[in-house]
Amino acid sequence: MLDKQMDNLIEKTPKKTNQISVFSKRKRTFAITFFGIFALFAVSAIVANYNILSGFESIPKAFAWMAGNFIPDKKALSRLPNILAKLFETALLAVAVTASAAICAFFFSLLGTKTTKAPPLVSRAARIAASFFRNVPNVVWAILLLFSFGQNILTGFFALFFATFGMLVRMFIETIDEVSSSCVEALHATGANSIQIILQGIVPSSLPEIVSWVLYMIEYNIRDSTLIGILTATGIGYLFDLYYKRMDYGSASLVVICIVILVITIELLSNKIRKVIM
Amino acid sequence: MRDLSFTAPTPVSLDFNKCMRKTKSGKIKTAVKSKSRSAIRFTIFALLGLAACGFLTFDYKDIELSKALAGTWNNAKALFGQPRLNHSSLPGALNALYMTISLGTLSTIFGAVVAFFGALLCAKNIANPVAANIVKSLVAFIRAVPTILWVLIFTIAAGLGSVAAVIGLTFHSAGYLVKAYAESIEEMDSGTIEALKASGANFWQIVLQAILPSSISRMAAWTFLRFEINFINALAVGAAAGAGGIGFDLYMAGNHYFDLRELGFITYIVVAAVILLEMLSTKIKAKVA
Amino acid sequence: MPILEFQNVSKVYGNTTKALTNVSFSVNEGEFVSIIGPSGSGKSTILRCINRLVDTTQGSIIFDGHDINNANKKEIRQVRKKTGMIFQHYNLVDRLSVIENVLHGRLGYKSTLSGAIGRYTEQEKEQAFQILAKLGLTEQAYKRCDELSGGQKQRVGIARSLMQEPRLILCDEPIASLDPSSSKIIMDYLSTINKNMKITCICNLHQVDVAMRYAKRIIGITSGQIVYDGPPEELTKSKIYDIYQSNEGGLITDVR
Repeated sequence: MLDKQMDNLIEKTPKKTNQISVFSKRKRTFAITFFGIFALFAVSAIVANYNILSGFESIPKAFAWMAGNFIPDKKALSRLPNILAKLFETALLAVAVTASAAICAFFFSLLGTKTTKAPPLVSRAARIAASFFRNVPNVVWAILLLFSFGQNILTGFFALFFATFGMLVRMFIETIDEVSSSCVEALHATGANSIQIILQGIVPSSLPEIVSWVLYMIEYNIRDSTLIGILTATGIGYLFDLYYKRMDYGSASLVVICIVILVITIELLSNKIRKVIM
Repeated sequence: MRDLSFTAPTPVSLDFNKCMRKTKSGKIKTAVKSKSRSAIRFTIFALLGLAACGFLTFDYKDIELSKALAGTWNNAKALFGQPRLNHSSLPGALNALYMTISLGTLSTIFGAVVAFFGALLCAKNIANPVAANIVKSLVAFIRAVPTILWVLIFTIAAGLGSVAAVIGLTFHSAGYLVKAYAESIEEMDSGTIEALKASGANFWQIVLQAILPSSISRMAAWTFLRFEINFINALAVGAAAGAGGIGFDLYMAGNHYFDLRELGFITYIVVAAVILLEMLSTKIKAKVA
Repeated sequence: MPILEFQNVSKVYGNTTKALTNVSFSVNEGEFVSIIGPSGSGKSTILRCINRLVDTTQGSIIFDGHDINNANKKEIRQVRKKTGMIFQHYNLVDRLSVIENVLHGRLGYKSTLSGAIGRYTEQEKEQAFQILAKLGLTEQAYKRCDELSGGQKQRVGIARSLMQEPRLILCDEPIASLDPSSSKIIMDYLSTINKNMKITCICNLHQVDVAMRYAKRIIGITSGQIVYDGPPEELTKSKIYDIYQSNEGGLITDVR
């Protein structure tokens, strides 16, 4: 009996592979990958007209220049109140955008997730809409909105809103499908209806992850609002661009320092919140 | 009501009254008070409060919202509904697209190389804690500066063009990937490293024989994800810093020619590229993993 | 009178994957039936067809005199209310308290609003405590479910299904993730519930020896078809090998 089982076992083990051939195969894959990446690098450098040498040279040059010129001076400090006001506005904008996008995205993700068993057509439509908003870059939204809204805070608001909405729908759907699907199945089995399932199953089980994603998007939006600000001439981005173009690098550097402090503060704060809520 | 009585197979205490918690009005409580529940509630209320505060204090400059929204809707219809190239040619637009892809590729490769060494210095399971803290703070600083600002700063030193764009994008790319790679390394089985250390392997042998093979697929997945982000960033930088590529074409179409249809056409090219890159990276990810 | 009847039920996932082919059997009130078979043979699909978590492709299922294949949404809710379900991975809302999870068993009985915001009557809460006490979980009532051990979680799952005042309990591999001693406790509870409360029990099991010890009737299925239906005494070794499609000596089980 035991012998027979042993025979079975031996039969089932794959035929002895040659150790050396495994190693040489790994070496070959490694060589191919390495060569592929190098080729990709070369082609990209030619297409982008990128000069490797001047690239490396520019780094120490840039830091030397920064050490000499990119330091807040007296004039910059006198602008601090103005900078802080714009920074505060940008932070509030990021929170307002993310919070309102999250509320809309949550309803959309309920349609898009498998767990709620929404009609396939509706759920498909929700996902396609979200993917549309996610894949159209926020630069395009910003330029489009500029036509009708002009240099207004709402230009920045909507440009960030559309992209945030698209991203959050995708993240929420993934989160709900991953975290809530098992308890949702059980609630379906008790005879609960959709609204009960959402509030008693999906919300309590996925809320921590959802809040964590929202915090992440706030961080992301603060950084992105600088870019949008430069494009649409609003907020802290505009202020930086203004000083930068006037070659008032002292003030520009103060703007950067303020942004860095804000972003790091928010990152530390959200990490702390994440630790408690998870 | 149906009889719910049954004899438990193992003896249990049936005295549950002393375990019941009641509210002041004598009702039985059901929820548990936990730190996480109240923290979630607090966070949500704080965010909603800040959002409301923002909406109330923003300077809207007497904008007519309904008019602006209607205008945007009409513009969006023209943009997405009647795409047409007027000021540039299709080959020109495609060339610009390749340029943007190349900027993304270069900064991803540079970023990955820098990040690999950075991650070795700060992954908890192999690094020295002092070096790890230094690298981590440096990365936090680099990530906190928006990409566009890195590019603009480097533009002063290297001049407007692909060098400033690539180096600026690389900074953020490396910062992001250091964190991601370090997590990939930290996820690996600690026993493997211990076993190799016990057999007398040195640091680079451990890196090449244990860390690289076991975390390369996860690192590759992160790298492709970052490539998608870098493409979008290269586009944004092209538009906002004038660093060239299809982003600059977007900027010209919108803010210079005021041509919605051209903007629409270029947008479609970009969206198609984003979707293609996403499909490509999912495919490569599936192959690597 | 049978409480449940399968008549030539077939289920095809997508266009090609056949999960069940012409499955027919009936279960009488108060029976303890165990379904055994290899992974992927269709055991879970059978259970999920009963409470319509899965829709059948062909055939009909009669539950308590009603054909549930043609049931509308409201009728499906009625069926689910009367059918408790226990899962391999417990499927609790981990971040809610034990007592809240038990009370979820009442959701099918409540109005949309009061169920959604989790407002239960004092009577329901006391009933929940009674059930928890029987299951030896009184002290865990206000713990979050993710603080419990696997065996405790499964007991919460049982409590939740008992809150439904069910006529039928479906168990989908209830002990597959548990250690032997917790497994015994869970199976003992299920068996007692079946005997004392006369609740019909259909239990998918991986372990043939457990099935033979607890069930009065065993249904063996292989790739979507019933290959054995009878008392455990008549389930011979060769029949077990038939069910698992393996040769003598190919199974880890020490039946007889």
